[in-house]
Amino acid sequence: MSDQLIRLLTLQDTNTRIALLGASLLGMAAGTIGVFIVLRRRALMGDALAHASLPGVWLAFAVVGERDFLGLMTGAAIAGALGVLCVTFIRAQTRIKEDAAIGIVLSVFFAIGLCASRIVQTYGGGNSAGLDGFILGKAASMLWEDVAAIGVVAVVVLLSILALYKELSLLCFDREFAASQGWPVVLLDLYLMLLLVLCTVIGLPAVGVVLMAALLIIPPAAARFWTTRLATMLVLSAAIGLFAAAMGTAASSLDAHLSTGPTIVLAAATCFIISMLFAPRRGMVADVLRRKRLSRRVGMQNLLRTVYEHLEQTHDAGRAWTRTIFRIDDLLATRSWSAGQARRQISRARHEGLLLVVGDEYQLTSTGLEAASRVVRTHRLWELFLVEQAAIAPDHVDRDADQIEHVLPASIITSLEGRLMELGRLTRSGDVPSSPHRLGESAV
Amino acid sequence: MTLLAFISAADCWVMAAGVLCNVACSLLGCYLVLRRMALLGDAISHAILPGLALAFIVTNSRSVLPMFCGALVVGVATTFLIQTLHQWGRVPEDSSMGVVFTSLFALGVLLITYVASSVDLDPGCVLYGDIGATPAFQLVIAGQEWPIPRQVAILLCVLMVDLAVILLIYKELKIVSFDPLLATTMGINATFVHYTLMILVAGTSVAAFESVGSILVVAMLIAPPAAAHLLTDRLPRMLAVSAIIAALSAIGGYMIAAYVVDTPPAAMMAVVAGCIFALSVFFAPKYGVISRRLDQTRLAVRIASEDILGMLYRWQESLQPTPLNVGTVLSAMRGGFLARIALRSLQRSGRIERFDSDVLRLTVQGQSEAKGLVRAHRLWESYLNKHFGLPLDHLHAPAERMEHFVTKAMQEQIAAEVQPTTDPHGREIPPIAEWKGTI
Repeated sequence: MSDQLIRLLTLQDTNTRIALLGASLLGMAAGTIGVFIVLRRRALMGDALAHASLPGVWLAFAVVGERDFLGLMTGAAIAGALGVLCVTFIRAQTRIKEDAAIGIVLSVFFAIGLCASRIVQTYGGGNSAGLDGFILGKAASMLWEDVAAIGVVAVVVLLSILALYKELSLLCFDREFAASQGWPVVLLDLYLMLLLVLCTVIGLPAVGVVLMAALLIIPPAAARFWTTRLATMLVLSAAIGLFAAAMGTAASSLDAHLSTGPTIVLAAATCFIISMLFAPRRGMVADVLRRKRLSRRVGMQNLLRTVYEHLEQTHDAGRAWTRTIFRIDDLLATRSWSAGQARRQISRARHEGLLLVVGDEYQLTSTGLEAASRVVRTHRLWELFLVEQAAIAPDHVDRDADQIEHVLPASIITSLEGRLMELGRLTRSGDVPSSPHRLGESAV
Repeated sequence: MTLLAFISAADCWVMAAGVLCNVACSLLGCYLVLRRMALLGDAISHAILPGLALAFIVTNSRSVLPMFCGALVVGVATTFLIQTLHQWGRVPEDSSMGVVFTSLFALGVLLITYVASSVDLDPGCVLYGDIGATPAFQLVIAGQEWPIPRQVAILLCVLMVDLAVILLIYKELKIVSFDPLLATTMGINATFVHYTLMILVAGTSVAAFESVGSILVVAMLIAPPAAAHLLTDRLPRMLAVSAIIAALSAIGGYMIAAYVVDTPPAAMMAVVAGCIFALSVFFAPKYGVISRRLDQTRLAVRIASEDILGMLYRWQESLQPTPLNVGTVLSAMRGGFLARIALRSLQRSGRIERFDSDVLRLTVQGQSEAKGLVRAHRLWESYLNKHFGLPLDHLHAPAERMEHFVTKAMQEQIAAEVQPTTDPHGREIPPIAEWKGTI
């Protein structure tokens, strides 16, 4: 095993070198074109295309009589294009929807391919060894000529995308706009399909018809997590495709009876899972953290406002608010918190130095009072704004304000204050206005 | 019977397995096709593979129960993952499907390749099954051998369960399939129905898998229901037709594979199902491409002939000194194939006569039909004028389109409502008594 690993890492076998080079080129090309396929919502069309190309491979073999790469690829391309045409025809001309059309074309063409393979093997002459690799992929069976062909297609795909970058991106993001601007969208769509056919077809020897679609879909879907820019996405997707194809090919070369298709797809899937979890902005971990942070902030602001409103109603005239003691029951009276939730929130506030805790009695610190005033002020400014400008009844504004107060930026607060002062509803900037409705009646 | 005498008992068992498997798939497939979730069936049937493989690895046997459980769990997890990825990861739905099922399938193939040496299952079988081997394994319960192949017994059970569940929640499935929002407002738990269907699909795929392989399960899930969808309009009929098509493709596919050309039987079954679908795409009586084209042509001819009738009537009404000839009519109709056909059919059915090889005139029957049309046209103009306040020069075009579709009953309603004797242009509206129209 370790012996094999060393041979692999030092690229001693010509076969491994060829397979790696071919797979990498393929991964790069598929990753790039895949971006447009995914953005254009044609991912499953790619799947149908890949499956549909199987009969073409066998029929071409029956015609050509030997394992001639170009001949087989031509056959595959024709059959694949025919499959896409069938899907389009069924969708446009009958009441059958696209999903069923794709499913039928995919499975029936594949079945025709299986039948053709048996027939050719039984009746036809020639050496069909290696053609079975087209189902699940066998990168090791690639020859130099194959890699050269893959290279040519990869270059064509990359150059096309460079040349038509603006047109294709417009097509993917806003087809109607492109059409209204006079771009030949139908031609562009067809060209994109042609590139897809080319890319799928050269991928068959390495990845196989069953899983080729994965190499078109997974790298762009993974790249999407990292960026919102098309150019970056293209580069990333190409890189992920290249990496996955190379890794998968390398892994499968360690075990002779392992198909390359599944290993390449699993390598890509690993990249996808990592991206999905750990991408900085759209990743799931970042998302969970962001939600958690937001809900904590909202919880804290709700706590502070509840405390403030409680103190506002109960404090003695002569005593400072920061000296007034309150208990947890005082807060639970107006909020639908459980005691546990309230306690957790309170202990968090204590850690942040907003509350003082003495046994089960609490006091606001001066920082806490300041923060609470800010929260209440935002809430009431918005309420006032709704009452004054949106003509909403005072007893209906609490809930609306509740939803937005946590996310209002400072600039809006300032302008709100300005507007309300013009209207004479506020006397001094920076004050906490009094509530436009009775407190405690519409507590959430 | 002598013709079919060459069919052996083994053939019968294989066909029985094929029929059971295809019928079970096609019944569930009806709901997938109607709900536009055909590809979810595709995804599930691919994705159960790692579940099967893991069940092999854990129990180290091919016993039914663990396989079933493994595949069910993974099958339902697939639906869930696709949904989660779409909603949480903001991956477009088709890509999310593509990512999930290809990855799971790849994992399954890899696992099976690794356990292949210890279990008699190989990646090829994963793709197109091994239905020919059906008679080789008899059903064994508690050490006793039964005179029925194991696979047939399993598929029979699965079909029974599918049928029972469909019958049990028939109404719910139907409403959820056609109008999920209505179902929700009626208090039907759409999520429950959805996952029940998904569990059935996963379970059936597992059972069918061994016979027809993962990709051909897809053919059986989608092709017969889609064909049936083209042939019928009612759900019960669609279920029945789809089951019949599925059974036919099982029997036909096996016969071809066994006696005509040597091919994998399951693949040939899928090809036959595909052919039946292709036939219904073209020849279905109502929704087929050809019959739709024919209907459109027939309508176009009818409209063209009615236009010609109207033209002749107006010509005679305006007391033109010269009669209309063929050339004028055709050029007024802007020539074309349709106008010629319309003219010929009008002549053949005795609505118009042709004199001196060139001059056209309405017959009595043609006259009365033309009156009906012109009446419809002018009534519609009056109606538009009264209720929509359209200017006079805007009335003709809409009436020209509508006149072919204003039924007699509608004409009476309009006449009662507007009570005109002349149309807005001042021309007489032909009275009703003389009209015995064809519409």
